[in-house]
Amino acid sequence: MRSQELLWRTKDPEILRQLGKDISGCGLSGIINIRGQRISGEAIRCSIACQHDRGNGLGGGFAAYGIYPRYRDYYALHIMYDSHDAKNSTEDYLDHHLSVELGERIPTRPVPNINKPPLLWRYFVKGRKEEEGDFEIADDEYMVKIVMGINATIPGAFVFSSGKNMGVFKGVGFPEELAEFFMIDEYQGYLWLAHNRFPTNTPGWWGGAHPFNLLDWSIIHNGEISSYGINKRYLEMFGYKLTLMTDTEVVAYLLDLLVRRHKLNLNVASTVLSPPFWKDIEKSDDKEKEAFTALRMVYGSAMLNGPFAFIFGFTRGMVGMNDRIKLRPFVVATKGDNFYMASEEAAIREICPEPDKVWSPRAGHSVIVELDRSVTV
Amino acid sequence: METIALSENLKETIRIDAKNMYYRQLNDMVREAIASGAKDVIIDSVNGQRYIGAGIERKDVTIIINGTPGNDLAAFMDGPTIIVNGNAQDGAGNTMNDGKIVIHGDAGDVLGYGMRGGKLFVKGNVGYRVGIHMKGYKNQIPVIIAGGTAGDFLGEYMAGGILILLGLNNNTHSIVGDYLGTGMHGGVMYIRDEVNPYRCGVEVGIAELDDGDKNTLERYLKEFCDDFSLDFNEIIKERFVKLYPKSSRPYGRLYAY
Amino acid sequence: MKTFIPPDFRVYIEHERCRRCKRCLMNCSFDAYTFQDRVTPDDSKCVGCNRCAVFCPEHAITISNTPIGYREHPLWSMKARKDIWKQSETGGVLLTGMGNDQPFRIYWDHIVIDACQVTNPSIDPLREPMELRTYLGKKPDAVSVKMDRDGKLELATELLPQIEINTPIIFAAMSYGAVSLNVQKSIAMAAKEFGTLWNTGEGGLHEDLYHYGSNTIVQVASGRFGVSSEYLKIAVASEIKIGQGAKPGIGGHLPGEKVNLDVSKTRMIPQGTDALSPAPQHDIYSIEDLRQLIYAIKEANGYKPVGVKIAAVHNVAAISSGIARAGADWIYIDGFRGGTGASPTIIRDHIGIPIELALAAVDERLRQEGIRNSVSIIAAGGIRNSGDVAKAIALGADTVAIGTAALVALGCSLCQKCYTGNCAWGITTQRPELVRRIDPEVGAERIYNLLRGWSLELKEILGALGLNSIESLRGSRERLRGIGLNEVELRILGIKHAGE
Repeated sequence: MRSQELLWRTKDPEILRQLGKDISGCGLSGIINIRGQRISGEAIRCSIACQHDRGNGLGGGFAAYGIYPRYRDYYALHIMYDSHDAKNSTEDYLDHHLSVELGERIPTRPVPNINKPPLLWRYFVKGRKEEEGDFEIADDEYMVKIVMGINATIPGAFVFSSGKNMGVFKGVGFPEELAEFFMIDEYQGYLWLAHNRFPTNTPGWWGGAHPFNLLDWSIIHNGEISSYGINKRYLEMFGYKLTLMTDTEVVAYLLDLLVRRHKLNLNVASTVLSPPFWKDIEKSDDKEKEAFTALRMVYGSAMLNGPFAFIFGFTRGMVGMNDRIKLRPFVVATKGDNFYMASEEAAIREICPEPDKVWSPRAGHSVIVELDRSVTV
Repeated sequence: METIALSENLKETIRIDAKNMYYRQLNDMVREAIASGAKDVIIDSVNGQRYIGAGIERKDVTIIINGTPGNDLAAFMDGPTIIVNGNAQDGAGNTMNDGKIVIHGDAGDVLGYGMRGGKLFVKGNVGYRVGIHMKGYKNQIPVIIAGGTAGDFLGEYMAGGILILLGLNNNTHSIVGDYLGTGMHGGVMYIRDEVNPYRCGVEVGIAELDDGDKNTLERYLKEFCDDFSLDFNEIIKERFVKLYPKSSRPYGRLYAY
Repeated sequence: MKTFIPPDFRVYIEHERCRRCKRCLMNCSFDAYTFQDRVTPDDSKCVGCNRCAVFCPEHAITISNTPIGYREHPLWSMKARKDIWKQSETGGVLLTGMGNDQPFRIYWDHIVIDACQVTNPSIDPLREPMELRTYLGKKPDAVSVKMDRDGKLELATELLPQIEINTPIIFAAMSYGAVSLNVQKSIAMAAKEFGTLWNTGEGGLHEDLYHYGSNTIVQVASGRFGVSSEYLKIAVASEIKIGQGAKPGIGGHLPGEKVNLDVSKTRMIPQGTDALSPAPQHDIYSIEDLRQLIYAIKEANGYKPVGVKIAAVHNVAAISSGIARAGADWIYIDGFRGGTGASPTIIRDHIGIPIELALAAVDERLRQEGIRNSVSIIAAGGIRNSGDVAKAIALGADTVAIGTAALVALGCSLCQKCYTGNCAWGITTQRPELVRRIDPEVGAERIYNLLRGWSLELKEILGALGLNSIESLRGSRERLRGIGLNEVELRILGIKHAGE
């Protein structure tokens, strides 16, 4: 309790250092239509509700892609505030660094169990004002700095979504309640993620719920990353500021590092996060052996160790994977152009009773589903 | 809930529609039905409800599940028969003592954990850590048979009982995963495939079946084939190998005293 | 001159048990026993090595500290008084062996390790995969990997050579001359058998050990003993020794009487001459000179890895950053508990800092500068058990090196008389009759067993932590907590206090 409340107000690195790492169990669900057909949020709500008992009412959330087609060229910043002061400071900051096309309250419905929500706002922004210098920095890099800047320095403000034509909706409560609260059924997206959280030591902070998001990366995660300590220190070496004390934040930034900055493709990035065992590497042919060995040698500190399954979404797809010895559940199914991923088969059958195919991927093997090349979003 | 008188011997069948029902309510209804004398309980539209059949101690009861039961199906079960028309999720038969589970589909991870008796038949594939620490005790011999393939750590810590893996309709290169039988110190596995020692735990020996093994295998396999209407003769004519623990105390040189 | 120094030890013989086999006489290399009708010990010669007691078939020998009847004084300890008597009688520099024995805080004993309960499962190392494999060498920050038509990966970045070890434990440098050839043989054999590395120290590589090349690090120190092009090429890597924990900043010498024919051949110096190791390497007066030597060696050894060994001193973090930037493949940090065959006591006991703090500071500095990938860290100087190993790895070491622990496995009882050349256990001696006391085959087995035991224990620790690979522990200070440490110590170690 103490830690998360502190987190909300403080941006003091020393206090952050003292905070305990977030620990939680969870349920996951994800859907993508590879033709880019948009699906109502009602489906993902049903799927995650089916996994009610994997959470404890202290966190839930959704990521939806394709929901803001009108503003598809703008970064959609979803920001939560604990006070009007925080909102005013943040809006000043935004005005100073970006051009804001639209700022509005995120629409919500009253729901009995959703108590004391923070102020929830969204802003559609362009990367940076034309007159500003520093043209060297790419738009994405600039947005990462803005997000990190707000999250690290403005007390009571937290950017929880920063991609284009997508948005994260999350908070404290069961996911089905949050779906009602955020009116998830009224959004249409081609890719949906949902999370049901079972935190063990950190109730009460909306920002602590999943999905975690940075630019268009959104992560939902079940399990605990036992290698968190070194993953965090490794990322800090590359300039990431880990402020949330959660495993999931680590995964988001690792993907950003590996895919966006180090230009590894998704397949290779997943291999880094969940690499084959040495005994299996020994059995591969010489070229692959060399490649796997190099990846493990160079990216040993990026390997995720411990029990986990996660699904991450991005503009053009969805990836699901679990740990090397399969300590968390993970099921995948297909039906026509739809791909489903979840912690339990029932969560898929809830919305797709007769899938074409259902399977549990092998430990450490990622399942990558990308939009058809012809689809523009 | 509707009650139907089925046959001359007044065996009663109770049918429950589990659509959108929370597991607590469903399992209360199942227990109530059994207490009222039902011999067959049919549950329709099951999807994700946990613990069905958990802790039930009656031998003369059959629970038929249509749909996808949730985790920990038949945990601590002691006697009943459960038939699943669908796939089972993780943790089916957890620490089961007696009874029978017949799954007409696939089953998930950690199937039959610590199972001490009874039978667990799966027509399709099974997940990771199947039969983990299953053990025989006194006259009880737990038996797991899976018709398809298995994930890694099959028979991990196996201390007793019988695990049979058939690999039917398999088109992958191996029907077993890695770390097969790591920590095995009792029981026996019959695998209908060649087993590469590379995939086995160091504690595991690989051997041909002797006559005693063949008798045991055939007896259980016939029952399995009857349950799923499979052709016993087709299945048994393929080669099986036997996996056994080299020692009941595999870690002799591990500790310094 | 009459000595005022009381004997350190009292040797007690139970004559009822003694069967006069004289094994104690044969075993004592310090001539502390005489025999006239019965065994008579001379306490003043006893060094407390306990060789006689261990080999007495009747267990008739007990060696104890001499009961001291001197008046106690907190400042003028017995050690202080004895040292003064010794110097007033000899006028010399006090000499000693092994590592710093003063009661400084042992940080390892104030650090505890985490374990999993409920929210993540511990992993059973006996049944599930558990990986200790480690690679030493300079790694890039990123690699490029292509995928061929079949979806197979292919490395598109050329990596510098890396040394594979099967456990994050290697052997510390101990030179031929300081230790006997049989000690080196025992260690080299165990290293090869287990798949790890041993280090020649600065005394050259005896030709009997050439075939252990792929498990050998050859050292280049200020005396350049035995350093030749062949020496550099034969080994899997080279190490430039700047300093050692037991005697940072000073040189040393192997007395001429220890330079027998074999030592002379190996060190490539005339027999019977003193082997002088200058305090600095006279081609390294600055960091750019270090870079020059690193690359000179690389030119000669075919661009195999070149590490740099330094003693842990106050500014170790900044120095390490310089070493990394000078192109070293690893930095070997030797804490002030690190052993030695001979060091002035005053240096050993008063110079340098603990490895725990040095290691934490170096790893953190390299990360702050974003260059941690570019260099491996080897931590040494007082690693006593696998718990210390795990803690060192979690603080940030890639591997530890053990010297004293390996010698203890061979019988060393830490009597600290290594510099006399009379080691009764046959370790730090060149006297042929003493050297023979170690059979390299048996010695190798003892050391191999130690590696095996520690490695199994490391797997148990990883399993308890819910990890199945050592790289997930490396630098993961979140899994450590301090007990009874103050805030400054915790900050330097980068760990929280237990309960936090």
